[in-house]
Parts: sequence; C-alpha cells; structure tokens
Amino acid sequence: MMGDLVGKLSLDAIPLHQPIIMGAVGFMALGGVGIAALITYFGFWRTLWSEWLTSVDHKKIGIMYIALAMVMLLRGFSDAIMMRAQQALASTGGPGYLPPEHFDQVFTAHGVIMIFFMAMPFIVGLMNIAMPLQIGARDVAFPYLNNLSFWLTTAGALLVNISLGVGEFARTGWLAYPPLSELAYSPGVGVDYYIWALQIAGVGTLLSGVNMITTILKMRAPGMTPMRMPVFTWTALCANMLIVAAFPILTATLAMLSLDRYFGMHFFTNTAGGNPMMYVNLIWAWGHPEVYILILPCFGVFSEVIATFSRKQLFGYTSMVYATICITVLSFIVWLHHFFTMGSGADVNAFFGITTMIISIPTGVKIFNWLFTMYRGRVRFTTPVLWTIGFMITFTIGGMTGVLMAVPPADFVLHNSLFLIAHFHNAIIGGVVFGCMAGFSYWFPKAFGFTLDERLGKISFWCWFIGFYVAFMPLYALGLMGMTRRLDHLDNPVWHVYLVVAMGGALIIMCGIAAQLAQIAVSVRDRAALRDLTGDPWNGRTLEWSVASPAPAYNFARTPLVTSRDAYWDMKRRGVAHRPFAAYRPIHMPRNTGTGVIVSAFAAILGFALIWHIWWLAIAAFVAAVAVAIAHSFNEHGDYTVSPDAVARTEDVYLEQLASQA
Amino acid sequence: MHEPRGPLIATTAHGPSDDGAAHGSVQSYLTGFLLSVVLTFVPFALVMSGAAPAATIIPICVALGVAQIVVHLVYFLHMNGASTQSWNMAAFVFTLLIVAILVAGSLWVMAHLDVNMMPGMMPAE
Amino acid sequence: MNVQTHPLPVATAPFLPDAFEGVEEHHDAGAITTLGFWIYLMSDCILFAALFASFAVLRGATAGGLSGREIFSLPYVAVETACLLVSSFTYGMAMISAEHERQAWVLRWLGLTLLLGVTFVGMEIHEFVKLIADGAGPDRSGFLSAFFTLLGTHGLHVTSGIVWMGVLIAHVLRRGLTEANRTRLMCLSLFWHFLDIVWIGVFTVVYLMGVA
Repeated sequence: MMGDLVGKLSLDAIPLHQPIIMGAVGFMALGGVGIAALITYFGFWRTLWSEWLTSVDHKKIGIMYIALAMVMLLRGFSDAIMMRAQQALASTGGPGYLPPEHFDQVFTAHGVIMIFFMAMPFIVGLMNIAMPLQIGARDVAFPYLNNLSFWLTTAGALLVNISLGVGEFARTGWLAYPPLSELAYSPGVGVDYYIWALQIAGVGTLLSGVNMITTILKMRAPGMTPMRMPVFTWTALCANMLIVAAFPILTATLAMLSLDRYFGMHFFTNTAGGNPMMYVNLIWAWGHPEVYILILPCFGVFSEVIATFSRKQLFGYTSMVYATICITVLSFIVWLHHFFTMGSGADVNAFFGITTMIISIPTGVKIFNWLFTMYRGRVRFTTPVLWTIGFMITFTIGGMTGVLMAVPPADFVLHNSLFLIAHFHNAIIGGVVFGCMAGFSYWFPKAFGFTLDERLGKISFWCWFIGFYVAFMPLYALGLMGMTRRLDHLDNPVWHVYLVVAMGGALIIMCGIAAQLAQIAVSVRDRAALRDLTGDPWNGRTLEWSVASPAPAYNFARTPLVTSRDAYWDMKRRGVAHRPFAAYRPIHMPRNTGTGVIVSAFAAILGFALIWHIWWLAIAAFVAAVAVAIAHSFNEHGDYTVSPDAVARTEDVYLEQLASQA
Repeated sequence: MHEPRGPLIATTAHGPSDDGAAHGSVQSYLTGFLLSVVLTFVPFALVMSGAAPAATIIPICVALGVAQIVVHLVYFLHMNGASTQSWNMAAFVFTLLIVAILVAGSLWVMAHLDVNMMPGMMPAE
Repeated sequence: MNVQTHPLPVATAPFLPDAFEGVEEHHDAGAITTLGFWIYLMSDCILFAALFASFAVLRGATAGGLSGREIFSLPYVAVETACLLVSSFTYGMAMISAEHERQAWVLRWLGLTLLLGVTFVGMEIHEFVKLIADGAGPDRSGFLSAFFTLLGTHGLHVTSGIVWMGVLIAHVLRRGLTEANRTRLMCLSLFWHFLDIVWIGVFTVVYLMGVA
C-alpha cells in the first residue's frame, strides 16, 4: 500500500551516511534559509512575488535567468574542483576521497549543470535583457510565455539539485549513452532525474526560442530592416532558430530512452532489436547545434563590445551576418565528428571530417572582423574588452585543436582522451564563459542603473584567463600521453604532476569567481558613485543605450525610427537623440501573472513523481498544470494602460538626469 | 502550450483577413479534399491489390504521399508565395532542410554502422 | 523580407511623428501569434522527423517477432485515414463559417471535427489494444517500440487537439467570435491540418511501405 502511495521513494533515498553529500546539502539548505531570512527581514516577500517572480517584463526575466545561471555556476564549479582534487589526490595509487559511484555522479552533474543550467540560462538571460531593447520593441512577442519559459528552466534546475539530497544523479556522463543508461545497467533513479530535468527545462528553452524568433521577425521598430539589425540580434535570431530546430531532437531522443526505461521498450537496448548507436547518432544531431546555440550569441556580444569600445563601426557587418547564417546551417551537418570511432567507415568519416573543417572558415572570418574593427580604433581597455581579447586568443587556440581532431585518423588517437576535454573547455570557457562575462559587465548598467567596479572586474578576468591556461594546458599534454577522461583514480607519477598543476589552475579560477562575487557586492555598495545617469555609460551605438538605465517598463516612450545601422550612434551624430517630446501617448502593457510559476511548480512535481514512480501524483500534477494553463486562457484582463502623464513623469526624471550630465 | 492572448502591444481591431495567413473558400477546400481522396485511394488500392512488385509500388507511394502533402499545404494550410507569408515560408523551407538532413543523414550513418559494426545482424531482406 | 510595408517619413526626427503613430500599432496581435504558433509547429515537425528516422532505422528489427506485413490491416487504416481527411475538410468549413460570422455553424463544424477526431483516436487505441493482446506490444521488439511510439505520439497530438477544440468551443460560446478567438481558431486550424500531413507520412512510410 505504501509502495503505491510513494512509489520507489523511501527514507533510504537520502544519503545520510555520505558526509560529503550531506555537507553539500546542509550548505545549500543553510544558504536557502539565510536568503529566506534576509527576505523576511527586509519585508521583501510581497515585492519579490508581485514585481519579480510573476513579472512578464523581459528585462526582469533576463535578470532572473542570469541569477539562476550564476547560482548554477557555483554548483557546477564545485563539481569541477571536486574532480580536479580527486584526480590530483588519486593519481599516485591512492583512492582519493570520492568513491567511484560518487565521482561518476559528479562528472555527470558538472556537464549537465554547466551546459543546461549555467550556459543556457546565461545566454537566454542576455538575449532577454538586450535584444528587445536593441530592436526598439516594448517587450517580447509573448510576455507571459517568457515568464513560463524561465520557470520551466528553473524547475529543471531544481530537480537536478534535489537529486543531490534525495536519491542520486546519473552516473553515465552528461549525454547518458545507452546501454549504460538503460534500466539493466542503471537501475537507480539517477538517469530518471537526468531525463526529466532536461525534458522540463527543454520545453522552457524551446518556448523561449519560439518567442525570441517571433519577436525579432515581427516586433522590430519601423525602419529596422534585417541588414540594420545589431549583430547581437542577428546571432540571437540564428541561435534561436537552432534551438527550435535542434531541441525537438533532444526531446524525442530522451523520450525514447525513457520509454525504454519505463515501458520496457527496445529503442536503444542491446536486446530485442534495439540499437544503442541510434541514440548516439540522434543525441549528437541535437548536441552539435547546441554548441552553436551557446557560442553564436557570444559572438554577438563580442561584436557589440568591440565596436563600442573601439569607437568604430563593426568591420565587415555583412560578412559577419552571412558567416552567422552559414554557421547556423553548417552546424547541422557535422554531428558525426563526435563519434568517428564508432565505426561508420571511411566514406562517412571523410564527409563529416571535411564539413567540420569547413565550419571553421566562417568562424575565422569573424575573428578577422573583430581584429580589423580594433585596428586603428581608439580601444578602451575596459573589463568587457579584456574578456573579448581573452576570448579571441583562447578561442582561436581551441578552434585549432578542434580542427586537428576533425581529422578522423587523429581523432582515433585522441577520442575520449583529456585532449578532447581540454579542447572543448578551451572553446566553451574561452568562448561561452568569456562571452557571458563580457555581456554581463557590458549590459549590467543597463539592467541595474549602475556600472560594475572595474578593478575587481579586471582581477576576475586575469584570474579566469591565467587559471584557464594553468588548468587546461596540462590536460592537452595528458591527453597526448594517453590519459582518458573520467578516471576516478590511477597510478602514474608522471601524470600526477600535471594533475596537480591543473588543480592549481582550478584554484586560480576559483579566485576569479570570488573576485566576481566581490565585484557585485562592492558595486552594490558603491552604487551611488557608479550610477549611470545618462543611460549610455559606454558611448554606445545601438538602441538599448538610448533609454534610461534601468530602462522603464515600457522601454521606449515613443517608438524609435531607424534610419541606419548603429541607430543610436546615428541619432547622436545627427544631434537628434533625447529630444523631449511635445506629447506622449498611452502605452499598453501586459500585466504580471503567477500562471508561469504555478504551471512550472506542477511540472516540477510531475517530474519528481515520474522519477519516483508515484503515479497518482504524476497524473494529478499533469492535470493540474494543464487546468491552470487552460484557466489562464480564459483571463481576458491581461493588460493595462500606462497613461501619457505617467510616461511623462518617468521621462522627465530621465531628461533631468541627462541635463545634469550635459 | 501556445500563447492564448497574443501580444499586448496592439490594440486596434483588425479584419479577419489581416492575420498574416490566407484563407480558403469552399471551392478550394473541396478541390483539396477531392485531390486528397484520389491521392490516398490510389496508393492504398495499389498496395492492397498487390498488382506490382514492392520495388515498383514503394516509389509510387512515396511520390503520391509527397504530392498529397503539397496538396494539403496549398489547399488546407494556404501556403503560397504571398509576401505576408514570407516568414512562414522561410521557416518552412529551413525546417524541410533540417528534416531532410536529419532523416537522410541518420539513415546513411546508421546503414554504414550496421554494415561495419553489426555483421550478421542486418535485417533479412 | 521586411515586415514594414508603410512608407516611412523623411528621416529628420528619430521617432515617428504623430501622423504616423498609427504605424506603431502595426504589430498585429493575430499575425504575431499565428507566426509564433507556426514556428512551434516547425519544431513539432522536427520532433516527428526524429521519430520517423528512428522508425526507419528500426523497421527491420523485429527480433523474431511479428513484422508489419503480419500485423497491419490496410482497410482499417483506410478508415482511420478517411476520418482524419474528412475532419480536415470539416475544420476548413468551420474556418469559412467564422469568416462569414456564422457562429452557430462554426460550433457545428467544430463539433463534427471533434467527433471525427475522437473516432480516429478510438480506432487507434483499439488497434493498440488488439496488438498488445496478440503479443505484439511495444516491448516485444525494436520495430514495435518504434511503431507504437511514432503512432502514439501522433495520437497524443490528436488527443491534445481534441482537448483544445473543446476549450475553443467553450471560448466561442463564452465570448463569441472575438479577435482573440479567431486567432485561436486559426492556430488550431494550422495544428489540425499539420497533424493530417504527419498522418500522410505515417500511412505512407509505416503502413503502405510496411505491407508492400
């Protein structure tokens, strides 16, 4: 009877006997209680709910995405440093401090969290904050859906973190290859946590992709033709096209894996006609575009940063756009390079090896465009520029090791070695993380109304930059010496030295993260001195800098009229920016709604119930989620009007600030 | 889940023909329906009668299936070259490209894997 | 390429002059929602492509169990196909009735479409139950897993279309043929016709090619 009521769940699911896990759970619980206590102390609960959690304002949703990403960065980085410590300690024959089954969960969680719950929310957050402002829109096309997307992503992140304290996480690696991930070899709930966390977050990502594409295609200000769009908007468009085209493949693949696990089907089993190789094929048909979903918007960030701080128009705008489009299409025909060694034979491997080399060409075009933008520009070496230059150096090295591995015979030697690990961290840290950090420091004043402390920002950059090389260059060497990935212990004094150095690199990166946290704290403390009164702290070129910082809820008091690329720069050049209006007009705005939070809460419960086979709860949660969504569709009072007087009051404050700075 | 209310930026009412998608008439729906009936009936009849070998019938079935999909797109989904639909068309063409890459690519890759890695496990022809 | 169809004023002011403020309302809610829904449908298309690819790869993996030729009944499939085909037509009639402001007829055609959809889903469930009883359930072989999943995913889509149609009927009864309800009718129309197109793929690739 109890079994029906709580499924596979029991008190044994909580790993009370594992001090490391319980320590982490205790630490997270303490943090949660601490934050809740602070919110209560400042009486912030009501504001938090009505102004933030239920907000349909793209700028606030963007901030919440990035907050989620930063928390998950800390979690994912903890996993990273645990792995580095284990390998440093356990490379001279000793067992280290992590038992193998725990080590396996740590490397799986690290990959899953960093890709799905750190990088993805960070990118989507930046797109939310900047893109609608760049195209002169009042909001995204579907504001309520935007809120729902964020909360579905959060529900997925929540499930991954619950797995730490209740049950276990997958021990399969971040892509959960069968047959290892099948029920026969992974009978626990770890893989189920993996599946449902990704499925729920994936729905959120997909809906966000649909929303962003529609916004860019339909909501641009008058005059903003496609070839006048800022490059970040272009890259956001292409990345979201990739999301909409690639995420359904992930959904279908994980669905088939779960059908194997829940209904005894035979898609990817090694009995009864199942074909595990099909899983690998499909998951990478999603997985490779995913790489470009992450990096394309970062290319956009670098383009904005480098043009702004070089005080020049971006060199080769048109080639930049076409390079982005080329990458978008080409990213769908290279996926097999992730499994050259599976044995498709010379013809197939040659095809995918060549396409992989071809895709590096448009990327190279971009690197040269950024270099030529800096050439003879008046470059200001601010924090975002340091991240950008660090990216150009690091990403080029990562790209070259990638092209090296695109040669199938070379890949047969390097496949699954630490050389590969060093390569993709080289591309992801040097590209995506540096891009996120550049975007974060670049758009922070637009989101919050004050700039970030430059000194700590630069310290953070140098720690990350040096730490990266110290941590990952030894891994290239180890890979060439033959060390494979995911080893929980080994006995080789030659490799030990390299692993200790890599551990040191991870510690330097830790200092970089600490500097970032200090940077945020110091900047909040000194916010009066760092205040951005003009809304344009960097002498920007695109429309987001033409409004106050932080931007008012309605973004633009009057819809701008775009007559060229770098629209705001053009307005400033013609001396027509910030001219006061004779009159304002009423503005229609969407009202905040709690539906997204509630539906996502039910989705999280649904996922938890499915993981633990609590069928009655799963059915109840599903029905409740659908019912809430349907009830929401009957609500006809979803908007309100901002009166011209209210707009005038807000704008007058901004105009006074501008006048005070003139 | 779709967005039921739609964006809240616009306020003015629009005529039913102004929603970016063309509409059909009874005539066009009937044409599409009759064409579909024929294009469904023929392949079913061909296969059920067993009049020709599979090697002949299968290409015919695929061709008629593609023709029927085009009929549905034109007469039921009202896809045409109108400028109001250019984004719909662009999205559709991009999707077709991805579908083709995914299906053809997977079959190609998996066929080679079967030959090289699973000798003796090929499905009996 | 450009959504702008309005002539733009000479670019002296960086913002739209009052005379063009009407342009600001050019972001037509219905068109935006319809385009967004179309893009969602494209993603659904790729989801089905992944399932079709899996079916194509696993179609021979019968593992000694029954093959398509042995379990498919083409006359039964022809009736299912007829249900969906006619329902596409009846939905089209609902759309035309909406254009002519005939609310009662919209509801009648929608009701008829809904009945045809329910018949289709009922027939599919019956086929599934019979196959499972005959020992050809989804856990028998890779081929049957792929068959049940592809068909089941399409069936689940039709089922959600039916639920949506019920909700839409409630919306129309409550508010009439408002602008919002017309947009919903349009989106469901895209969804319903799209499912019919997927079904063409199903009966061609799964049934006809399986039996031929």
